[in-house]
Amino acid sequence: MSSKVDTSKFIPRFVSHHFSNADQEFDSCKLGMWLFLLTEFMLFGGIFVAYVVFRTWYPETFESGAEKLDWKMGAVNTVILITSSVTMAVAIRDVQLNKKGRALALMLITVLCGMGFLVVKYFEYHHKFELGIFPGGFFSFMGDHMSNEHLYFSIYFMATATHVLHVILGLIAILWVSWRTAKGEFYEAYYTPVEMVGLYWHLVDLIWIFLFPLLYLTK
Amino acid sequence: MSTTTQQNDVNFYNCKKGFMSWAYTLDHKRIGIMYLVASCVALFAGGAFALMIRAQLATPGGMLPMTPEYKDTYNMWFTLHGVIMVFLFIIPAIPAAIGNFILPLMVGAKDVAFPRMNLASFYLYVIGASIALYGIVGGETPLTTGWTFYLPYSKETAGAVITMTFAAFVLGFSSIFTGINFIVTIHKLRAPGMSWYKMPLLLWALYATSILQVLATPVLGITLMLLIAERTLQVGIFDPALGGDPVLFQHFFWFYSHPAVYIMILPGMGIISEVISCFSRKVIFGYKAIANSSIAIAVISFLVWGHHMFLSGQSVYAGLVFSFLTFLVAIPSAIKVFNWVATLHRASITFEAPMCYALSFLFLFTIGGLTGLPLATLSTDIVLHDTYYVVAHFHYVMFGGTVIAFFAGLHFYWPKMVGKMYNETVAKIACLIVFIGFNVTFFSQFFLGYTGMPRRYFTYDSSNELWSQMHGFSSIGAFILGFGVLILFSNLLASLFSDRKAPNNPWGATTMDWETQSPPILENFSEDVPVMKKAPYEYD
Ligand code: HEM
Ligand SMILES: [Cu+2]
Repeated sequence: MSSKVDTSKFIPRFVSHHFSNADQEFDSCKLGMWLFLLTEFMLFGGIFVAYVVFRTWYPETFESGAEKLDWKMGAVNTVILITSSVTMAVAIRDVQLNKKGRALALMLITVLCGMGFLVVKYFEYHHKFELGIFPGGFFSFMGDHMSNEHLYFSIYFMATATHVLHVILGLIAILWVSWRTAKGEFYEAYYTPVEMVGLYWHLVDLIWIFLFPLLYLTK
Repeated sequence: MSTTTQQNDVNFYNCKKGFMSWAYTLDHKRIGIMYLVASCVALFAGGAFALMIRAQLATPGGMLPMTPEYKDTYNMWFTLHGVIMVFLFIIPAIPAAIGNFILPLMVGAKDVAFPRMNLASFYLYVIGASIALYGIVGGETPLTTGWTFYLPYSKETAGAVITMTFAAFVLGFSSIFTGINFIVTIHKLRAPGMSWYKMPLLLWALYATSILQVLATPVLGITLMLLIAERTLQVGIFDPALGGDPVLFQHFFWFYSHPAVYIMILPGMGIISEVISCFSRKVIFGYKAIANSSIAIAVISFLVWGHHMFLSGQSVYAGLVFSFLTFLVAIPSAIKVFNWVATLHRASITFEAPMCYALSFLFLFTIGGLTGLPLATLSTDIVLHDTYYVVAHFHYVMFGGTVIAFFAGLHFYWPKMVGKMYNETVAKIACLIVFIGFNVTFFSQFFLGYTGMPRRYFTYDSSNELWSQMHGFSSIGAFILGFGVLILFSNLLASLFSDRKAPNNPWGATTMDWETQSPPILENFSEDVPVMKKAPYEYD
């Protein structure tokens, strides 16, 4: 990063007292964030393992289950999330370059994308529930389906609901940094929270990029 | 002299006063003390259940009437004993209590990297503990699944499964937060001059522990969430009636819980390294071997979980691999033991209380580790699995290892933590009583298990004389042990009211934590950036 200020000497307003300078704080937060992202990976890892196990046990069931999902909606959501990752990344860059106004606008676009994702997801869920496609023991779909198809939908709902929860938390976090950006708290020498929230949002995006082909494009 | 007393007047306890100054504190030392108090309360609660279990099994007739509903009462006792000891005491006790207090002092920092997250960790612990308490006394049917929550029983039982698993889920986050904090602190906040291989071994141990906390705990989190979903939404992933797989639950559970046993023991091993070298007045033997073996344990322990499932119906080939890897994970532990013993060799040893505990650790942990090997062997495990032999094995490592190391650390760091010296003679007597009580309680259980006494039963065959004798023994031992622990804690608490002020470095130790005042001032060191002057363990 090409900052003009020597950050190792300059102690901005928000550096906590036990760090010697903004660089040390930034490095620490970044490492901490990566570790946290690792825990998120392990958490989703559990669901992915369950997916692999049952897909090996019941391959046809999984194909038949995936056919009941609307891959177009999934694809739209994939595009939305990738776009939002790009806008967030550029927003971080803008904060570093002191372009506050554009950064703020990009963050708000990111939030809109995230909300768009949730709306699409809402319609998908709604449609499934209307057809009686519920997880596990509550599965009451009357149309053509394979035995044990409820397991496919258990995994679908557990994985996507956990992911949606992460999207919501991510949106709250982005709104929080947008608000602080609006107040002018971030600039070239101090932008740690923005960068951390950005990393988190990329994780949310990345998990979806795994979920989409696994769940929707099973064939 | 007058300057020292003046300096001693201000410390992190009295620099701010009042309940709120504790509730909102970001000081790692205060958080460590609060964790210490909380986990010791948990130790006593778990201990009370242990004594009830032993009282019941003292005779074949037991104290409870021999009817089915009381069988569930017994099941509840051992379940709560296990849940409390594992999730509320042993996992937080050394890292979050002693580690929180000592780690920043040892690296020469003002605090951990993320003090707010540290406080959040403590509050999550309190919330988790409160949920667990609600699950116990809140009027729900008591939990009887054992701490392992195996399905399908944990799905069918009326017990407070959701409440308790949710409590464990919250506690898991508290553990993750501590882990992240420690890793970052060790990476980024070490004092100038402290390269990786100049770190005291307790730091290596806490580092390895934190890796396990960060990587393994989330898997427990998702497992418990799936179990809750199993009960509420009938997702069927673990339920054979719905086409799911209960053995998958065991895989998930042990993928966390085997690394978790190393979350329990590694920090204890770190304390033992500090104590043994300090009271041997000698450079620790094989510093690098001990440091690297901590990391080796952290890595290999992720690959052995299947040794808890040799009889679950997993494939024989998986069993073979898990058996082999389990033997492999025993090697780094053995390396440590050999190095500690080599440190003792021809050293000028003194027998202060922490050293007495460390020596009893060496003895007990070795028994615990060696008795693990027959369990790791496929053919012998068929006989020993789910018997009292397993109970004896894991108590030798968890109590004889971790808890005794915790006691060693408590006595070692007590002067630094509270600024007072305890009564040395009483501390040694307590150590001896604990040692005797422990062996009477748990050595007898090897015989029980070897002759086929299953675990988790509330009675046994009264015509079996050996069993009656050994169970009787074990119960007497448990009360001796409880008595010893009571003396130990009374002695420590009594020191708070004494006027035996602790010097800054009562044991003449060489690590940076002892350069601070006892108890330390708010930001630990009087210099702004303390520099490491001496490698650890340079006793001369
Ligand atoms: C030398 C290293 C060790 C070996 C080879 C070993 C081996 C084993 C094996 C094979 C089992 C499964 C027995 C069965 O269920 O049939 C077992 C159980 C257990 N071990 Fe170890 N172990 C070792 C160290 C430890 C340590 C350090 C701890 C804890 C601090 C520990 C705690 C436990 C616990 C809690 C169980 C039983 C869990 C349960 O079923 O409820 N072990 N051990
Ligand atoms: Cu294990």
